[in-house]
Amino acid sequence: MKSLRLLTAGLAGLIFTAAAHAAGGAEHPHPPEGGWPFDGPTGQFDQASLQRGYQVYKEICSSCHSMKLMSYRNLGEPGGPFYDPAYSNPNDNPFVKALAAENEILSPTPNDVGDYDYRPATPADRFRSPFANVQAARAANGGAAPPDLSVITKARHGGASYVYRLLTGYPHDDAFVEREVDGEMVNFVDMSKMGGHGGEAGEGFLKVSPGQYYNPYMAGDTTPNYDGDPRHPPKGGFLAMPPQLIEGRIEYTDGTAATVDQMAYDVAQFLAWAGEPKQEHRKSLGLAVMGYLLLLAVLLWFSYKQIWRKIEH
Amino acid sequence: MSGHESSYTPTNAFTRWLDTRLPIIRFAQDTAINFPTPKNLNYWYTFGGILAVCLAVQIITGIILAMHYEASVNGAFASVERIMRDVPYGWLLRYIHANGASMFFLAVYIHMFRGLYYGSYKAPREVLWILGCVIYLLMMATAFLGYMLPWGQMSFHGANVITGLFGAIPLIGESLQTWILGGPSIGNQTLQRFFSLHYLLPFMIAAVVILHIWALHVPGNNNPTGVEVQDVEKETVPFHPYYTVKDAFAIVIYFLMFALFVFYAPNVLGHADNYVEANPLVTPAHIVPEWYLLPFYAILRAITFDLGPIPAKLLGVIFMFAAIAVLFVLPWLDTSKVKSMRYRPVAKQFFFGFVATCMLLGWCGASVPTDPVIKALQGQPTLVVTYTENGSEVTSEYKGGGEAYEDAKSFMETLPADASPSLSAVPAPTFQFKHLSLILTFCYFGYFIILFFIGLTEKPKDVPESIHKSILKRHKASTATAIPAE
Repeated sequence: MKSLRLLTAGLAGLIFTAAAHAAGGAEHPHPPEGGWPFDGPTGQFDQASLQRGYQVYKEICSSCHSMKLMSYRNLGEPGGPFYDPAYSNPNDNPFVKALAAENEILSPTPNDVGDYDYRPATPADRFRSPFANVQAARAANGGAAPPDLSVITKARHGGASYVYRLLTGYPHDDAFVEREVDGEMVNFVDMSKMGGHGGEAGEGFLKVSPGQYYNPYMAGDTTPNYDGDPRHPPKGGFLAMPPQLIEGRIEYTDGTAATVDQMAYDVAQFLAWAGEPKQEHRKSLGLAVMGYLLLLAVLLWFSYKQIWRKIEH
Repeated sequence: MSGHESSYTPTNAFTRWLDTRLPIIRFAQDTAINFPTPKNLNYWYTFGGILAVCLAVQIITGIILAMHYEASVNGAFASVERIMRDVPYGWLLRYIHANGASMFFLAVYIHMFRGLYYGSYKAPREVLWILGCVIYLLMMATAFLGYMLPWGQMSFHGANVITGLFGAIPLIGESLQTWILGGPSIGNQTLQRFFSLHYLLPFMIAAVVILHIWALHVPGNNNPTGVEVQDVEKETVPFHPYYTVKDAFAIVIYFLMFALFVFYAPNVLGHADNYVEANPLVTPAHIVPEWYLLPFYAILRAITFDLGPIPAKLLGVIFMFAAIAVLFVLPWLDTSKVKSMRYRPVAKQFFFGFVATCMLLGWCGASVPTDPVIKALQGQPTLVVTYTENGSEVTSEYKGGGEAYEDAKSFMETLPADASPSLSAVPAPTFQFKHLSLILTFCYFGYFIILFFIGLTEKPKDVPESIHKSILKRHKASTATAIPAE
């Protein structure tokens, strides 16, 4: 009897973990070494890293990716990258105003004569979108519209770790080989040079179609492109975004060395913040709520014992 | 108990005046304060109170969310995120509401299993049980409608799958589906009606909850012994303060777990895909419903064969609805006179088996039907070389480790150029989730059939004569073990 009950309880646990487990043939995105500073019930964002992350987004990502749910004022809100306690209203923060004004946007509201002007953005404006609409985005990017990044860390398994691993997970240059197939030169990834990324696929070659890029952290199916043992196709998939982070592509305003790893780390942290700007507040409020409930539970337990003390039950 | 004496006496001129016109204070006093409740209810009986609180939490947070939500295909997704970002404590409201649905279902499942274990569906509580099933059905409808509202990928494609089920009904199916969707496919009109109904149904649930409590207060509570109250003096206590304090304690403990999800893992019970705005042209790799609907989803997908003139899809729909419908007739399926499983040694084993079946069905619902249940047991896939010889297609198979691949490769090189060989891997046959789902589906329905026959043949243990005697016996037993005989 006991064993059956234990079995049932065990099953419940197993199913909970199984349901939470992500399906798909992509490499598991482990967090960077040392983890994220915002992990755990008391974790907080590293403000300097958030600021650098915004710079990476602004100078690299924003040329293709929109963040339509973000406004410039968000950057100066409590917990944000450029929060300054002297300006409780971020719209007054001169630094945030300056950041916004760097972007020229098409005004969302008409002017006095009914025309829409281009003007520098204000903190109240949404982040500038690189394309007017999804059709324009698709046309400019070989048919694949770059996804909006506002909630990307909530929309992918692994969150910030996924962004970090994807950006740093592309094959190195020396992993590529060109081979002639039916009279045409075709690009292949030599899987033996992936340094363990891409699963057990050892010796095979992965065909990379023009305009496509292989990444072991991208969800997808590599089987049709794999020249090798079809029982062990490489993990991962193809995406239309070429590797973006090249050492020294940007110059950090705070003097940090712009390594690929550093840029990926910073922009992933920035996107984790942007995906849920209120998460620090959520976790700190949670601690207070749990403390209150715990205290209330203890009081109710003693009230219960007191009230029932004379009742045999 | 039924028609228990009203013990309310108005104390002042106003309440005396009111009592002869609208005896609402008397009613409240008799149902919520003085109602005689068996002394021996355990913590499994606190889930009714927990559920009432869950419903209140959902309605209150839902009403406020509706003030900020925009039911349109262009604005829904952004408005939900606006609630999370710009509405003061909007993130808290939304996470309470989204996780609250899961907490509501977790509590209702425990409540239902408690009813199954202690035989709370048996006479004289059949109507009470059926009303509970109606509430459960309304809850599922409400949850399904509500899941559409964030207008994410899983919202859209999940709704597409479920409304497509109605299309499987012969003759009227297609028109019914169009009528439900308000058009040939899911669009703005669908989102708006889902929002409207999602706002309506919780109040219908509240109404049925009132009937449920009314039906509870006629025969009174069942209790772990399954023996009816015989002596109100000895065997019951007034609901307040005895059960208000016990329920309050349980509710706060439940809230602690609830808060753990809301504050520290608010998205763990959801799907990442639902943070991608709905796109009819892109279908997610795996469409799965929320966890609380997974067992039924598994039953739906378990049926992959046609039965005579009934196509597999319709059969799956029939089984899925039958899985819920069977609960409605349960009071007449169980033939045993003994209510509580405490005294039914055989049925008790099957009960725990049933609980395990439901959980495993949930696991199947979350998994890909063609995936192996136990990966380690699946053998190596076979390598198959397909090529043309003399105009017809020929295959050649290779099994084994790395050398099999070498062999297949060298064989392909020996073939003439016009044979156009291709190499593929065929997975070894194994026990898949769709097989497990089918077995579990039979176990699910089997439980209800077995209950019918066990009731006729099982020899129950001695049932206590009364609640009072059972309490006395337990206390004697516990004092006997606490103080060794002198």
